[in-house]
Amino acid sequence: MAAQDVRSHAIDMNSILRSQGKKGMEKNEACIKVENLNLFYGEKQALHNINMEMLKKRVTAYIGPSGCGKSTLLRCINRMNDLVDSARIEGKILLDDANIYDKSVNVAALRRRVGMVFQKPNPFPKSIFENVAYGLRIQGINDKRILEETVENALRGAALWDEMKDRLNDNALGISGGQQQRLVIARAIAIEPEVLLLDEPASALDPISTLKIEELINELKEKYTIVIVTHNMQQAARVSDYTAFMYMGELIEIGTTSELFTNPQKKQTEDYITGRYG
Amino acid sequence: MDNSKIGHHISGQFNKELEDIRNKVLTMGGLVEQQIELAVIAFTTGDMEVAERVIRQDNDVDAQQMEIDLECTQILALRQPAAFDLRLLLTVIKVINELEVVGDLAERIARMAIHVSDNEGKNVHYFELQHMADLVKDMLHDALDAFARMNIDEITSITGLDESVDREYGSIIRQLITQMMEDPRNITRTLNVLWTVRALERIGDHACYICQHLIYMIKGEDVRHLSQRELELKVKK
Repeated sequence: MAAQDVRSHAIDMNSILRSQGKKGMEKNEACIKVENLNLFYGEKQALHNINMEMLKKRVTAYIGPSGCGKSTLLRCINRMNDLVDSARIEGKILLDDANIYDKSVNVAALRRRVGMVFQKPNPFPKSIFENVAYGLRIQGINDKRILEETVENALRGAALWDEMKDRLNDNALGISGGQQQRLVIARAIAIEPEVLLLDEPASALDPISTLKIEELINELKEKYTIVIVTHNMQQAARVSDYTAFMYMGELIEIGTTSELFTNPQKKQTEDYITGRYG
Repeated sequence: MDNSKIGHHISGQFNKELEDIRNKVLTMGGLVEQQIELAVIAFTTGDMEVAERVIRQDNDVDAQQMEIDLECTQILALRQPAAFDLRLLLTVIKVINELEVVGDLAERIARMAIHVSDNEGKNVHYFELQHMADLVKDMLHDALDAFARMNIDEITSITGLDESVDREYGSIIRQLITQMMEDPRNITRTLNVLWTVRALERIGDHACYICQHLIYMIKGEDVRHLSQRELELKVKK
């Protein structure tokens, strides 16, 4: 099986980098490690023995055809699949070396550390200010000064402050789709997570809003480890440092984005990114 | 011809565009090969009509280069190719540049032919010159053949020929220097021969560059500036 030899060394990203001669990157620590992960929806196996690492403060993109398991894998990282009754998981996902599927893990606390943004912007039907402050309020923080400061920082971090500073009390549903998506990102970063999971964050947006989101991802990686799922391969090529190609629930290939898009090692990857039928 | 590397896209139109570009590169290559052949005939026989034809043909080569360049630019902009497709287009852009330069060198030989015949005289070095011309023609032909087949199995035997070309070049130069020292009246004519031999030697180099571009296209590795030995190791790997 083609994925077999990937499994054997995909676990150590640094060894991949070494093999590609990227010595300067070796100091990066892994933030998330996926070890022997299998996921079943009822009888159907959706993920097959996934082993990979995502490095700290780097952007990792998952690409692959529909149904290949990339969103499923992304959702495993903050245990969103717990909400699916039929889902059953084997294996480990280590966040800073602690298994997030350990019985002792508080899922709400995990999701504070691992924020998520979905394909369709989903602001709450509240004011712009309250949307961003929401995460803090449910943590019991109601100090006006802290809230104002955090909201401003989060909106600045999401490149939205200049557009929104005079309309913080407007309803969030009244702003454009691109602004809503950045607002949702602001809401996610307001609680200062370590990891941001982005599931097709720009697929419902126009090209300019898409570019703004991509620019934002580039800025956010200074602070956060980012994992992005995208159907748009050019987008993966533009925003990510590493790209993982998945097919039929298996990780086929992972490597630096520049290498994967110019000289992929596996034929399945080549066929997919060049638009061929295998 | 092996279409497995450029065919099989879900977009049939994309297959056609790549196939079209490959055919145009081969047509351009054929024209440049013919230019070399005719330029050497013009030089060795003093046939002015043939020389004029080579000079005229260079305009066609230039036009083809620009046409293929434009098509590559359009594909890059509209299709955003990746992996092999991307390397193929980058290689085509480089290969047609090499071919254009080879065309210019053939044109230079044709101009020398006119010059030599204006300045009288038979030349004793046509035999060696002809042999060297045959060698570089073969190199270019085999390089274009490798491109047509998208196969680099025999590529290092082409680049290996460059050493023979260089040896012949060195030996002809030594003979020309002797001639010039023997009789200074030979200098003008001998210099024309020297420029021609130099142009042939450069054509051999450009054939080697094409081979290096092809290795990049197939293997994704940049092998420029490597020795023949290093090149052989890379291709075997």
